[in-house]
Amino acid sequence: MTSYRLKSGGLIDRDTPLHFTFDGKPMQGFQGDTVASALLAGGQRLMGRSFKYHRPRGPLTAGSAEPNALITVGQNGRTEPNCRATVVELYNGLVGRSQHNWPSLKFDVGEVNSLLSPFIGAGFYYKTFMWPAALWEKLYEPLIRRAAGLGRATFEADPDRYEKSWAHCDLLIIGAGPTGLAAAITAGRAGAQVIICDEQASLGGSLLSDTHEVGGVPAPVFAHDIASELSSMPNVRILTRTTVFGWYDDRMFGAVERVQKHVQEPDPNKPVERLWRIAAKEAILASGAEERPLVFGGNDRPGVMTTDALRTYANRYGVAAGKRVAIFANNSAAYRTAHDLEKLGVDVAAIIDSRSETASYNGKARVIPNARVTSTKGRLGLSGITVNYDGGEEHLSIDALGVSGGWNPVVNLACQRGAKPTWSDEHAAFLPPNAHNGLSAAGAAAGIASLAACLRDGAHQATDALKNININAKPFDAGAVEDDPDHATKPLWYVRESTEKSFVDFQNDVTASDLGLAVTEGYGNVEHTKRYTTTGMATDQGKLSNVNAIGILAEVRNVTPAEVGTTTYRPFYTPVSFGALAGAHKSEHFQPVRRSPLHEWAKKLGAEFVEVGHWYRSSWFPKKGETTWRQSVDREVLAVRNNVGVCDVSTLGKIEVTGPDAATFLDLLYCNGMAKLPVGKARYGLMLREDGFVYDDGTLSRLEENRYFLTTTTAHAAGVMSHMEFCHQTIWPNLDVRFASVSDQWAQIAVAGPKSRELLSSIVDDDISDSAVPFLAARTVTLLGGQLSARLFRISFSGELAYEIAIPASYGEAVADVLMERGEKLGVTPYGTEAMGVMRIEKGHVTHAEINGTVVPADLGMGRMVSNKKTDFIGRAMLNREGTQDPDRVKLVGLKPVDPADDFSVGAHILNKNDTPSTPADQGYVTSTCFSPIIGSRIGLALIKKGPERIGEQIVVWDALKEQYTKAVICDPVFVDPEGEKLHA
Amino acid sequence: MASLIECPHCGARPKEEFTVRGNVERQRPAPDADPDTWFDYVYLRDNPMGRISEHWHHTAGCRRWLIVERDNTDHTVFNVTDAMEAKSKS
Ligand SMILES: [Zn+2]
Repeated sequence: MTSYRLKSGGLIDRDTPLHFTFDGKPMQGFQGDTVASALLAGGQRLMGRSFKYHRPRGPLTAGSAEPNALITVGQNGRTEPNCRATVVELYNGLVGRSQHNWPSLKFDVGEVNSLLSPFIGAGFYYKTFMWPAALWEKLYEPLIRRAAGLGRATFEADPDRYEKSWAHCDLLIIGAGPTGLAAAITAGRAGAQVIICDEQASLGGSLLSDTHEVGGVPAPVFAHDIASELSSMPNVRILTRTTVFGWYDDRMFGAVERVQKHVQEPDPNKPVERLWRIAAKEAILASGAEERPLVFGGNDRPGVMTTDALRTYANRYGVAAGKRVAIFANNSAAYRTAHDLEKLGVDVAAIIDSRSETASYNGKARVIPNARVTSTKGRLGLSGITVNYDGGEEHLSIDALGVSGGWNPVVNLACQRGAKPTWSDEHAAFLPPNAHNGLSAAGAAAGIASLAACLRDGAHQATDALKNININAKPFDAGAVEDDPDHATKPLWYVRESTEKSFVDFQNDVTASDLGLAVTEGYGNVEHTKRYTTTGMATDQGKLSNVNAIGILAEVRNVTPAEVGTTTYRPFYTPVSFGALAGAHKSEHFQPVRRSPLHEWAKKLGAEFVEVGHWYRSSWFPKKGETTWRQSVDREVLAVRNNVGVCDVSTLGKIEVTGPDAATFLDLLYCNGMAKLPVGKARYGLMLREDGFVYDDGTLSRLEENRYFLTTTTAHAAGVMSHMEFCHQTIWPNLDVRFASVSDQWAQIAVAGPKSRELLSSIVDDDISDSAVPFLAARTVTLLGGQLSARLFRISFSGELAYEIAIPASYGEAVADVLMERGEKLGVTPYGTEAMGVMRIEKGHVTHAEINGTVVPADLGMGRMVSNKKTDFIGRAMLNREGTQDPDRVKLVGLKPVDPADDFSVGAHILNKNDTPSTPADQGYVTSTCFSPIIGSRIGLALIKKGPERIGEQIVVWDALKEQYTKAVICDPVFVDPEGEKLHA
Repeated sequence: MASLIECPHCGARPKEEFTVRGNVERQRPAPDADPDTWFDYVYLRDNPMGRISEHWHHTAGCRRWLIVERDNTDHTVFNVTDAMEAKSKS
């Protein structure tokens, strides 16, 4: 036992003990502990193994920058790897596990990697890639993967809920330490809409581990009082346990709130995490500063931690990290920790100051100037250090060492939009960029060291920010503030005398000598060094290591840190769970589902559904005894061709076009003539893209002089609508025309087959004889004795005598039910999209399988449809260019196997007889195929070079995937009723 | 993460509600323009850096085509106007 709980003190609730386990071992802490503080209190300094060398590691910090103490928390679906023990709040029943060790934390076989370290230094991965490639996949990669890597994700489903939320405010304050609190209270009292976020459970930041007095009370009490006042203000929203992880466009910030990560059993009615998008008018970055570790031999032994961590564990959690402690620092601020520890009765052996001019110290500890720690010892934790100073070397027996290499302002968010931080010799640190853009750094994040100055800066920055948005505020005055007078720092980037491994990036096991090697090997540019050595590339993103790495690079290259510069800062500041990012968008909520108004009708009849975009479409209706889908589809096809069938076609896009210029507009939209379409008639139409290729097809019906109704394919319903709006609003704004999407307003039913007229007559009141409703008629009718008004279109996709009837959506199911009932004696059969697909192929009708973005109307045999009278329409200018006139173009034809038992697939290519497959030999490809119960074999549509001139020619269908060659004959694409007699019956 | 686009009809709305089409400068040529002009319009795209004007469709809002003037290096939005109104004025 080295680390232990102090007899009294700290902000923990000693009356509320909490029980938890670590690697199965029962442990105890108190309410207010983190897992790390509770483990330290229980004498457990060893919390993990390092990434590459499997070295024993303990916490280096007491906060969110922690690189070492990564553990797995939770069980089953709630298992979460790579949690920083230093920020995980303790709760009763918490199950924690160490990770990345085998067979156990204390005895890890991977430790032999340390012995292999000359071979796995900087650039190891790149050099390894140079080895024989054949061995990589089978041998090296699995080996490296097993040895490296951090915690393991669970494969069990996460049982918890996540959500996303928006928030808007006048002033966003990021961080609730002294600076943030001063800013928040200033803005809150001025009546501004304020959001203050802090990653910890309570507001206060560094005040919570401070022993100074502020405004006559101890710092934690001051923090508590300000927090109480803030929480009483209706204009202030306090988001604790919330990390602002990114600054995005404009003044938009991303934050994640850990709503219920600190409880044993989350309330199922609340999310465990909430992703916030915060739109702020102004923002203040009060993220504070992070203490830099020092780089010296053996600086990673459990028991070595930043002085800030030592002080926080002692003051806030009532935990001493060791019985005998030393401080190793290059600055005066670190002396405060020695002072606080001595006050709590911890033996401080020495303050080892690398500077010649040390700070004044009135405690018991001996101050050694011009001194450096050169090495440490202890197998699973620190037991002693070697100190090198002017005139000697000395060994000290200690079990905890506080290290301080100066302070890095946490500038990350201020730099995420491209601005670079600037090096300051005075601060020996990178300061946030000057660019404002709505985010101002304040307090320690701006390089300010003293507590009093931070409080003042927070208050003034808030006042200034609010002035920008015309809110008057009076800067908050904290009153008398106790403070440390001396904050001098002199950089010490690494201890040259050390021969042992000196870690810079603890999580990725990058040492000072790796950085030296990178420079020697030509990777001295900071972005190259990062990737070559992987420094700063671990899950902590180099929060503690980057500036040290830059300092070392500067020394090795003999330039200033300013010349080395920083790597790029990007979101996320700390890791964000996929759960939070996905929010509610999972499983059936992943994307919206669209159901046709006839969905329930189809479901009643036992339909099998298929997903088509967001839609669920009925694809076939199996009957008892049918064992394959083909049996159902063949039956449905024959029923339509011989009797009558009904099919849900509601998913087609439907757009109503009105206005005096509707005809003019539609003439510009379609390539065929539309203006002269008579009222009461429908016409098939093609829309082109501006490059002349076919975009979409459908029917256009003229319901009244200035009212049209058009249909689009299901796939392009939204696209056609946007296209029409674009054409109108940006190309022809002077046309008086309006559109409304009515796709969801109408249930549309295809009624097809020789008996379709008979069936429809039983529900339609009007005369629908061939003379009253001829082919391509479109009119309004009433149904069921005037109960309902509907639209009747005599159009046919199947090639049969057929109609489509559109009913107001909410009546769709009722009308479909009546059709089924009254059609029973006619043998009415519901059919799905599969049977519809078979019949359209039999009839040579195209879909997007043929309209594939590479065909012009002539390729589909529709060249004559294109108006040569119109002077303008979308696609006209490019339609007649040279390439589209090439006689060699592929054109639509039908295809039949020579042997009816043979088969071919969509995508198979066409070859001339006796040719071997090659690009020059390619004659085209199959676009659609099906088994035709009418023809009695597979049939297909294909785009074939000069196709229509080659009817009757025998070719070969070559399927590269199946390595299959099928003899087939080119034929007319219309397999059924080529004269159209059935259609016009 | 979204920024907000100030739609002249709907107010500030998240950018996910919009669909971006391309630079406004690309105007459809006259129907009888020479083929080169048409080729430029259909196939050639400038890729300017800095302050640009684009057609944005408020697809999940008012369904109007807007002209969004913004800096494509830092996404600062300077101005949003209705495309049809802009066209009618010119
Ligand atoms: Zn709008």
